[in-house]
Amino acid sequence: MKSERPVHQSTRGEIGHEPPVVDLLDDETQDQRTAALTVLRRGLEVSPELRSGAAITVAMALIVASGSLAIPILIQQILDKGLNSSGGLDSGFIYSSCIIALLIISFVIIAQRATYNRLVKVAETTILELRIRVFSHLQRLSLADHLEARKGILTARVTSDIETLSQFAQWGAIAWVVDSVIIVGTLTVMAIYSWQLTLVVIAIYIPIVPILKAIQRQQFLKYREVRDAVSETMGQVSEAVMAAPVIRSYGYQETVRAKLETANQNQFTRQIKAHKFFALLAPVMDFFSAMAIGGVIVVGSLFGPEMGLSSGEMIAFVFLTTVLIAPIWELGEVLDQTQTALAGWWKVLSVLDIPIEIEEPPNGETFPDGALDVEVQDLQFSYRTGGPVLKNINCGIPAGINVAVVGATGSGKTTFVKLLTRLADPTGGSIAISGLRLSEVDTESRHRSIQMVPQDGFLFNETIAENVAFAKSGSSPSDVEEAFHALDLRWWIETLPEGIQTQVGPRGERLSVGERQLVALARAQLANPGLLILDEATSAVDPETEVALVSALDRLSEGRTTISVAHRLSTAERADLVLVFDGGEIVESGHHLQLVDNAGVYAALFESWVGNTQ
Amino acid sequence: MKFKKKQRTHLRRGLTLIWRSIRIRPGSHAIAITGACLFSLAAVALTRVLGYATDDVIIPALDEDAVSNRAIWIALSLIVGVGLIRGLGAFLRRYFLAGARYGTELVWRRQLFNQYLNLPMTFHRSRSAGELLAHADNDMMIASLALMPFAFTVGTFFLAIIALINLLLIHPLIALMALVLFPLLAGMNQVYSRKIVAPASAVQEAVGNTSALVHESFDGIMVVKSLGRSEQEIERIRESANQIRDHRIDVGRLRAIFEPAIFALPNIGVIFLLMVGTWLVDQGSLSIGELVSAIALFGILAFPMRIAGIFFEELPRSVVALDRIDRILELESSPPQSVGENVIDTSSVSLSIQGLQVHHDDHLILDSVNFEVDPGEIVAIVGPTGVGKSTIADLIAGLQEPTNGRILIDGVPLNSLNAQARKKCIAVAFQESFLFADTIRENIALGRSYDDTEVVEALKVAQAFEFIQELPNGIHSVLGERGVTLSGGQRQRITLARALVGSPKLLFLDDSTSSVDPLIEKKILGNLRQTANVTLLIVAHRLSTIKLADRIVFLNERNVEGVGTHEEMMHLPTYASLVKAYDNTGSTL
Repeated sequence: MKSERPVHQSTRGEIGHEPPVVDLLDDETQDQRTAALTVLRRGLEVSPELRSGAAITVAMALIVASGSLAIPILIQQILDKGLNSSGGLDSGFIYSSCIIALLIISFVIIAQRATYNRLVKVAETTILELRIRVFSHLQRLSLADHLEARKGILTARVTSDIETLSQFAQWGAIAWVVDSVIIVGTLTVMAIYSWQLTLVVIAIYIPIVPILKAIQRQQFLKYREVRDAVSETMGQVSEAVMAAPVIRSYGYQETVRAKLETANQNQFTRQIKAHKFFALLAPVMDFFSAMAIGGVIVVGSLFGPEMGLSSGEMIAFVFLTTVLIAPIWELGEVLDQTQTALAGWWKVLSVLDIPIEIEEPPNGETFPDGALDVEVQDLQFSYRTGGPVLKNINCGIPAGINVAVVGATGSGKTTFVKLLTRLADPTGGSIAISGLRLSEVDTESRHRSIQMVPQDGFLFNETIAENVAFAKSGSSPSDVEEAFHALDLRWWIETLPEGIQTQVGPRGERLSVGERQLVALARAQLANPGLLILDEATSAVDPETEVALVSALDRLSEGRTTISVAHRLSTAERADLVLVFDGGEIVESGHHLQLVDNAGVYAALFESWVGNTQ
Repeated sequence: MKFKKKQRTHLRRGLTLIWRSIRIRPGSHAIAITGACLFSLAAVALTRVLGYATDDVIIPALDEDAVSNRAIWIALSLIVGVGLIRGLGAFLRRYFLAGARYGTELVWRRQLFNQYLNLPMTFHRSRSAGELLAHADNDMMIASLALMPFAFTVGTFFLAIIALINLLLIHPLIALMALVLFPLLAGMNQVYSRKIVAPASAVQEAVGNTSALVHESFDGIMVVKSLGRSEQEIERIRESANQIRDHRIDVGRLRAIFEPAIFALPNIGVIFLLMVGTWLVDQGSLSIGELVSAIALFGILAFPMRIAGIFFEELPRSVVALDRIDRILELESSPPQSVGENVIDTSSVSLSIQGLQVHHDDHLILDSVNFEVDPGEIVAIVGPTGVGKSTIADLIAGLQEPTNGRILIDGVPLNSLNAQARKKCIAVAFQESFLFADTIRENIALGRSYDDTEVVEALKVAQAFEFIQELPNGIHSVLGERGVTLSGGQRQRITLARALVGSPKLLFLDDSTSSVDPLIEKKILGNLRQTANVTLLIVAHRLSTIKLADRIVFLNERNVEGVGTHEEMMHLPTYASLVKAYDNTGSTL
């Protein structure tokens, strides 16, 4: 629970909030320092929300910024004109201008409030729509793009990268508008007093930009080391906690204690090192602001008379120099965050450039009801990178039979069934189901008629009823009950604390793997598909559930074509047809008994099993 | 009234928290506070120096054209000098505060880790890993957060006192104005902070929810795509992201109300000061110069007051987080597992379990369990899920004590064995094959003094040496995220070797071959039967494993329902139906 308390820039460090660190180097975009304008242009293109009423928003922001600038200048003017006027104190002037100042302050407070509300609304609406757009785009990518390795990155695009943008919108963006107006405005007023002295101030402040950037760079790098050290410590603690029984029964405490101590010490050292740079910022800023004030006084005192400066003007000028410090400081701190936000924005935007491979037909064909036959010709598939996964698969599956697909890990059997559900499109050859090319079938019809029961029985973090009901739109809880009843699973539902209203937990983890598959079977039953694809669970299923699974599957497969990726020989034994995959090809096919007689790959597998259990 | 009291105890406990940190890092705190006071002094001094520069340099130079170069350079060096001292103060405060904060964390974290290692297994069983990790990470971070603005707050009090004295010397009415204004500012800050907590944590929660949904959606992308659930998923994300937007807008609304006002307040104060000051000047009780320095003092007080406000707001949060950590630190460590001095010197041991009764938090797990295992025998423990098979493993490993009954090794009570002898004689391979992110060798030796030959020997018996040999660094290969990844069966064989090394006399395999190929499992048990006189207990879930045992102990309903060979046991209907179900599950391809 990181604190989301909005804190003014300059106070963040003082109260222990570490600067936001977003890793720019987490993937391929690391060196892509895309020009700010390019990002902005593309960003505006993608998010039309930003443009609507943008002129008014900007105008309001400018008014607010000018207001913030006006107050210190006004106070200074009162001091200058009222206190140092030649006739001593001009109290009438002071009273009236103080009243005016109070009115202006009240106006600024009100205007700031309205502007701020508007800015937040625009920013958050833009971010919301961008998030949805990116998420929808990712949803439509083919399964090949959702490979395990990239899953984290894709998720980050919709979550943490977008959060970077939102955080930037909260203060970075506002700081840019307000601070640059204050800086430009102050410099303008200063130049009216004396352009020469203004140049002196600018000259003194210029080196601060590269220095701040360098310190921030170091700080950023050091904080990344801190983060690595923290995750190292957490890794060690997590081992110590997870391995508690092992550590105790083997007397491993001392080694683990030493490892924890090393990680702990290392974390401490890194934290101190990183904080040094934050601490260093203070004297740097103080030195430059002192130099600027001192420089103005020295130059002004030496050459002021020649420039025609009065003492009152000089005092005003010194005061304006002090006004300049806070916004420069803040912009300096926002600089790095801005780069991070731009990089994050670009990463988010580039997701939208990933092409979508599977195009759904606009007016697709519709599958008939009842069992479907499958005809596969010269089927080939390879992922974007890497060699072919499937080479030249040919097979015909008549409607209504029960097929088992067997083979070792990496033989291509799982990819084969993925292509049958159009989770990816083949790179060669064709799949015809019920005589229709799969790519020409209407999306709705495909989803209804081809149902897949995945291996791990992934369920959504909802109730059992909700997990089943979405198979068919408009189905009621009683339809769900009916589906379980049809599979003879009512007894199982009754063992659950809240029946079909039981919450299954994240990924369905409150249920066992076998039970999750039972839910998936009920979902398939409700959808009433003509082609059922089952990826058997590999991990151990407890015996009672196994019995329930087998009988439910028998009932479910009645009147449908069933293709099972089999991990158990008992499944293959019961099948009408066994397809044996090896190295991306079907090397054998036929009935179990036939294949055993053949003395091939399948027979060898079967023998080792029989030899072992008998 | 009640609220006030609560606040007061919070403050007292907050001060205790700070005191504990000061005791841990007295030097760091002292330097940080010195730095903070130096900063305050320099800030006040700077207003004086600017006053001097105005009166003695600027006005003479420009109005009278009569200033010495010396005065100009003195002004410059004073300004830069005071500026540098102010910077030095800030540097000392910031840098040594980091030392104070992270140094305190270091010590608290060490204490916490020691508890994690020393507390008995029942502690770990009663808490989730996530909870324990959160104490070390998030709770620790929040507990130490209040330490950061502490020195600044002390410095601010110092500054406030100096400023107040100065203002009092200037004019009591002006001091009174400061006494009204600054607490008002601090108070407004507190109200703001308190009000923003709810919507800010609502944002946090909404962000968390959305992340969880996105994760889930991508995790289940197969299901989403194959069942055509994309539209529903987008709808789910939209609903959730809408929550983020709405809560952020709520936060924004509060910010829009408070921030402009908080920033304007010091300016409003200065304007009132001007009006009152002008009136006082008119009355003749104040000089113009005094008014100018009063305005400067108001200016330097505004920012530190905000920090002090944040300190008092942060303190209760830190106290609550430290409470959570303290609850772990206060727990009593367990007494040593074995108190006895007995050793076992026979080459092969028997096991006798007599009248065993075990409770988990008042929940009866095992009740009067009795069985005997002969030296060198292989016994399979069979029973439905949750019957307490793993509890027996815990008891034998000494991770838990029975409520009643005895465990005898060769007739000697388990808890009378000397710790050393016990570890040498008994080994348990647990159900979950946990491997450390370390070398294979270290994973097997676990700090015990076994040489490479003994490690390799154990790996060979566990049928793990073959695949390890093929790794580039053999038994020195590093496992884990940044190293070699292994299959479930391979992991189990390594944890098995861990139990086997040093040839224990009693070996308990708690379903620790479930992912191993049945053929390999058969070889492993064959090896064990041949090589040593090991007495072996196996928790079995597979018919193939059961058939390898000499005898079966069948647990059912917290009790031993039967003991005998597999054939004899098949006459028991409950046993037969369970084993038949195992048979149906069949072998895996």
